[in-house]
Amino acid sequence: MEQEPILKVSDLSKSFGGVKAVDGVSFTLRAGETFGIIGPNGSGKSTLINLITGFVKPDSGRVFFRGREITGIPPYQAVTLGIARSFQMARPFYNLTVYKNLVIPLYSPRAKRLKGGKYGDRDEVAIHLLEEVGFERDSLVPYKLAGTLPHGYLKRLELARCLALEPDLIILDELFSGMSMSEVAGILPLLEKISAEGKTLIMVEHRLKELFRVVKRVIVLNFGRKIAEGTPEEVMGSPEVKEAYLGGEVAEGAGS
Amino acid sequence: MAKTAYRKERVDRGIKARTDDIFALSSFREILYLVLPRLLVILFLLPLPLFLGTYWQKVMLITLIIALLAVSWDLLASVGLVSLGQALFFGVGGYLAGFFSTRWGWPPLFTIPAATLTGAVFCTLLLYPVLRLRGIYFGLITFALPLLFMRVIEATKILGGTEGLSSLPPLPEITVELYILIVVALGCVFGFRRMFDTDYGLVLKALRDNDRSVEAGGINVQWYKAQAVFLAALPAAFAGAFLTHHYQFVGMPAFALDYSILPLTSAILGGIGSFAGAMLGAFILVPLSEVLRAFGTLRVVIYSVVLVIFVVGLPEGIFHYLQRKYHQFERLVPMEEVSDGARADLKG
Repeated sequence: MEQEPILKVSDLSKSFGGVKAVDGVSFTLRAGETFGIIGPNGSGKSTLINLITGFVKPDSGRVFFRGREITGIPPYQAVTLGIARSFQMARPFYNLTVYKNLVIPLYSPRAKRLKGGKYGDRDEVAIHLLEEVGFERDSLVPYKLAGTLPHGYLKRLELARCLALEPDLIILDELFSGMSMSEVAGILPLLEKISAEGKTLIMVEHRLKELFRVVKRVIVLNFGRKIAEGTPEEVMGSPEVKEAYLGGEVAEGAGS
Repeated sequence: MAKTAYRKERVDRGIKARTDDIFALSSFREILYLVLPRLLVILFLLPLPLFLGTYWQKVMLITLIIALLAVSWDLLASVGLVSLGQALFFGVGGYLAGFFSTRWGWPPLFTIPAATLTGAVFCTLLLYPVLRLRGIYFGLITFALPLLFMRVIEATKILGGTEGLSSLPPLPEITVELYILIVVALGCVFGFRRMFDTDYGLVLKALRDNDRSVEAGGINVQWYKAQAVFLAALPAAFAGAFLTHHYQFVGMPAFALDYSILPLTSAILGGIGSFAGAMLGAFILVPLSEVLRAFGTLRVVIYSVVLVIFVVGLPEGIFHYLQRKYHQFERLVPMEEVSDGARADLKG
């Protein structure tokens, strides 16, 4: 069970007008793993995620989810299979209230199948999910328009949107960016809990210190190529990584 | 000595009545509060045809046709598709009704529903490939298609070519026509409003905000947009089919720009996203344009100035303005009695 690869990415490439955004990246993920993708700005992290989740079609290479090829499938189908992702720039449905934002994913075929529920029930599930990601119980925040939320809450809403889909694999694109230290500290236990529930987690991050508290294994990208893979300690010890990305600040794990 | 101070408080009755079903049903006053505006509209429209002369009955018929097109436009706009070519749906519905009638000799009772359905399916299939386009790009396609159809009919001489299809079977007298249109229009407005309150409607509404997040929510965006186009095409194709039988004629003017622009301005004037606003807008613009005929050449000038004043002065739309004023009211409420000592503290 532990050994079954939940996600297999092989030799994935994508160019945007001559620039190789992702260049022959391969990695394999076991079910239940917590995994990090790091690299400097523009190293292709977000593109790699877009390729896996179907938002961008790859030029070459293949993606397998639980042994089934999912290369280039439409994003909604990736969700139906059990892959949920958050966006780096949180873009909620500004004209809906916060909890109604979650009714959208709860209306998806996958959530309907796994959670059931009729009109009206979804509101309750949504409120419950918001509490889970750290919205204060019994506050009025869930009933406000999502456009009025501060940044930290928006990120948590993104996470709640992923959780609403009951995914097996969650891909979080820079969840911590723009969050304060205390906000990150507040969300770490939740991530540990998600991982403990057996869900597989991929995190793309700039904030390495916080990231390394969650993930057990990372890959490092630079100019679209994978330059290192291993435990955080191994990777940070690699001279290539130091040179390409971190300079001398490895020990500090500098923020974004 | 304690003094009672008053402060102005703005209360929104609507939020509570709208969001809390149990509360809304708990008192007769609340039910009345919610039902009254809807009732007023119905009570205004239903007797109206009986009081109008022949000329104004015809104006009302066109008004209702434009209202249907405006409601259709509003539904598309609600999912983020800005249509500049409502004439597409209108013309397709109109020509299909004419075709069914001349080819197979069906009576209007069959041609109108058939043209409504097949027209909506046809338009949905036609627009399906371009649904991923947003904003002005989608608008341009819808703008071009009615013009294209018009010229295709002219060039290939199908469907009567420039002559059009004439001598189609008539509808019953105009009062009956008006009542059919009133029922359909009110049905669309209330039906779409209700639909947008459900979870399904919520998904449609979310499409306008951000369709990428909807897709990331595991929902097939293309498919839902297609459903929205189909639903929006229904009243518009119906309007086309209906007017075809009213005139007993359908020709190239069915794809005319008027049927694209008037619904759009009606919906914007009345307020986008409420359906009722689109209908209200049509009921202001079409009769206004008739009244202004007395001014001869100045008609268009006055018409345009009125339009500009409303759009600049009430950008949210007339309906949203009225709705806000209905739900909110200001009242003076006594503040808690404050002793002089405490008052001094506050000032200090």
